[in-house]
Amino acid sequence: MGRVLLVGRLAARNLRRRPAEAALLLVAMMAATTVLTLGLVLHGVTDDPYQDTREATAGPDVVASFAPDNYMGQPADLAGLEALADAPGVSDHSGPYPVVGAELAADGVTGSRRTPRGEEVGGAAGVWAVGRDPAAASVDQPELTQGSWVRDGGAVVEAGFADALDVGEGDQITLRTRLCTPMTPTTPEQHCRVVNDHSFRVVGVAVTAAARPYPGVCFAPFCPWFAEAMEDARPQGPPPDEPPPDEAVDDERFMEDPVEPGLVWLTEADARGLAPAEEFLSYVVNLKLADPADAPAFVNAHFSSSTEAQVLETWRDIRAGHDQLVQDTQNVLVIGSRLLAILAVSSVAVLVGGRMADQTRRVGLLKAVGGTPRVVAAALLAEYVAVALLAAAAGLAAGWLAAPLLTDPGAGLLGSAGAPSLTLSVAAQVTAVALGVALVATFVPALRAARTSTVHALTDTARPPRRTPRLIAISARLPIPLLLGLRVAARRPRRVVLNTISIFVTVTGVVAVLAAKTLIGQDAQLVGGTDPGTVRANQVLLVITVSLVALAAVNAIFVTWATALDAKHSSALARALGATPQQVSTGLSAAQVLPALAGAVLGLAGGIALFNGLGGGEDGVTGPPLWQMLAVAPVTVLVVAALTTIPARIGARRPTAQILQAELA
Amino acid sequence: MSERDHTSVLRARGVRKHYGQGDGLVRAVDGVDLDVTPGETVAVMGPSGCGKSTLLHLLGGLDRLSAGEVWLGGLRIDPIGEKALARMRRTAVGFVFQAFHLMDELTAVENVELPALLAGSSARAARQRALRLLERVGLADRAGFLPASLSGGQRQRVAIARALANEPLVVLADEPTGNLDSAATLDVLRLFETLHEGGQTLLIVTHDERIAATADRLISMRDGAFVDETRLTGVTTGQLGALVGLEG
Repeated sequence: MGRVLLVGRLAARNLRRRPAEAALLLVAMMAATTVLTLGLVLHGVTDDPYQDTREATAGPDVVASFAPDNYMGQPADLAGLEALADAPGVSDHSGPYPVVGAELAADGVTGSRRTPRGEEVGGAAGVWAVGRDPAAASVDQPELTQGSWVRDGGAVVEAGFADALDVGEGDQITLRTRLCTPMTPTTPEQHCRVVNDHSFRVVGVAVTAAARPYPGVCFAPFCPWFAEAMEDARPQGPPPDEPPPDEAVDDERFMEDPVEPGLVWLTEADARGLAPAEEFLSYVVNLKLADPADAPAFVNAHFSSSTEAQVLETWRDIRAGHDQLVQDTQNVLVIGSRLLAILAVSSVAVLVGGRMADQTRRVGLLKAVGGTPRVVAAALLAEYVAVALLAAAAGLAAGWLAAPLLTDPGAGLLGSAGAPSLTLSVAAQVTAVALGVALVATFVPALRAARTSTVHALTDTARPPRRTPRLIAISARLPIPLLLGLRVAARRPRRVVLNTISIFVTVTGVVAVLAAKTLIGQDAQLVGGTDPGTVRANQVLLVITVSLVALAAVNAIFVTWATALDAKHSSALARALGATPQQVSTGLSAAQVLPALAGAVLGLAGGIALFNGLGGGEDGVTGPPLWQMLAVAPVTVLVVAALTTIPARIGARRPTAQILQAELA
Repeated sequence: MSERDHTSVLRARGVRKHYGQGDGLVRAVDGVDLDVTPGETVAVMGPSGCGKSTLLHLLGGLDRLSAGEVWLGGLRIDPIGEKALARMRRTAVGFVFQAFHLMDELTAVENVELPALLAGSSARAARQRALRLLERVGLADRAGFLPASLSGGQRQRVAIARALANEPLVVLADEPTGNLDSAATLDVLRLFETLHEGGQTLLIVTHDERIAATADRLISMRDGAFVDETRLTGVTTGQLGALVGLEG
């Protein structure tokens, strides 16, 4: 007990002796623990708002939509939908309701709509228009957040979509439908023309639990999520309705599908009026099952792998769509927290190295009065373990408090996610990371201190520098600042490695963020409004970027200061032998800039690899412009040079005579 | 505008160095006047803490004066900036320290060539000159050794070779035998004697009478000021070891 008390007291004294360094340690570790907490607590945060919305709107357990097979000239299988409504296990249903894919234009819609052919239509957004009864339905009756329910000439816009487009009650919107020729091997060019162009007044805004959030609303025949699932279930071979390759088709048989669409509700008559003819209409039916848990089994039992014209989604699939917004954020945060943890290890290792050098004499005194190597190591480790525990607690609190900023479910669901739950598992993971950072960074120096001989420690002899003959020989041929810088760097290879890793991690993160932002920007241009996912992704990327850059900046300053302290004798000697203060300070900066350059070049490759590894480079997505990527390395080096200027300058201007005399004291 | 004095290699007038203020004022160097002529060896003696080392640092431009003037090679150095002082030190001054101050990670030859590299010599020229200097101090066979592998006397001889790297106007030696045993002290004394015979100007601060006896002139220092001066020229020639009591 007495020994534990002693170790605790020594650790507390050491921390109090250098409060600024202790605070910096805390900040470095806290950056990693906060971001990790954010990443971990975001899991499932939209579940509650979805559940609230589902209850308020009598949300369905299964949503089934059937589309016509226009190529074969067959209308949607209405009988099939009605049969579904009567299937065993179904307790209630609403519909079938007609559905039309269209284009929405309104004042303030500034984005572009992407057509299935990849063309962009300015000032418009893709939309599914569903025809509904003015009377309330027993299953999926959207809950109004503004205005009233549908009436002739009056549209109700889904709340998430309305929010993104900045459209509200009383606004005027235009819905357009297009009719197209099919694309076949013999007619690769698809031609479309507007067939209907109707104006509607927005009479209400409502939420629903029966559709994925904007811009991911889908109905048959165009539902990418369902198509992916079908791909796995479908037997190998060509799709059954594939047209013969030699058949030329040049008549207009298809309505253009909306890409990245939102959702509006019209009256049935208005929805039918948008379609060029009845046979182009899709239909949707909302099913309530006796047991909602049976929804996946129900879908499996009624899913047909032989046609693309049917889409069946369970309420869980739809909830997953809402979760996806947060899921992407969570993935980015978890990856970001890993990068930050590596940076934190680097920060802590440099700080600990500097503090250990300062504590050599104290270690000697502790040993001289009877402290065993174990007590010495424990006292040193306890200091950093205490900071790590504090950083874990502070990170958990900060992450938990900041999480609601990133978990707003958006306007598409009712209520708010509230404070995410801080489980024991999250707390354990965050604490483990903080302790891991502290132990990885301090174990070797603590062990070294514990093994130092008492006499050696009492004389406070500086750790001998490393000799690198080849670098010394090369540096003799370089200008004086580089000669000094290379030799200063070569004295402490471990610090050079830490510095390189720090810059490598930062540049990797920044390049990946740049690439991700480019990708998000490209996607955002193709969505006809403010995509809530884009907004959130940009917020998260900003948090990660700021954290990475701030921690890397702190690292650069730490490393330079530690180098300046460590090299104070050799710097003073160089000045006594004729080096100017500028040459010495430039040399100290160069000692940081050279590893930074290596780290930046490696980081460019690392960032691209990280982005591609996360699937960012798929589907021919173009990365950021080459100049941006190439600019990262020189900008990083310039920033490091600027950051190291002040500590290097202070280090180089210490009084020479005093330092050289001090060795005799 | 620099003022010039052509008669002395090193000249000091009214040099003062004070620390603190009021009751805590310390007069480390208090009104020192000094002239060192070319080829002369001057020893400054005094007890520990009398200000000898501080004076040496002031004369070599390692520290700033509180008052007074210092001329080196005819150039007044006390008002010039750090950059100009550094340039001056490259060519005009060679330092020898009590603690040797060799860079631990550099071999003997790499330590010796460093001032020449800092002065802009090519790597090849600096290396050739360093090897010649090591030969001159009797350490040609130790050129590739790290300081940790050399004895104290050998380290100090490396430091002396380094001080000569740029053929300085004056070598300023601060207790050069302070950390050495008798045998090593004799080696260093012989080396200084050789340098003296070769016309090298030397200013040595020491509290070792044996070193002082080898000088042309001996100045006694106490409480930051010169209190006595004795001219010794010629006495030691050819009898160094016997005079200083290091040989039997």
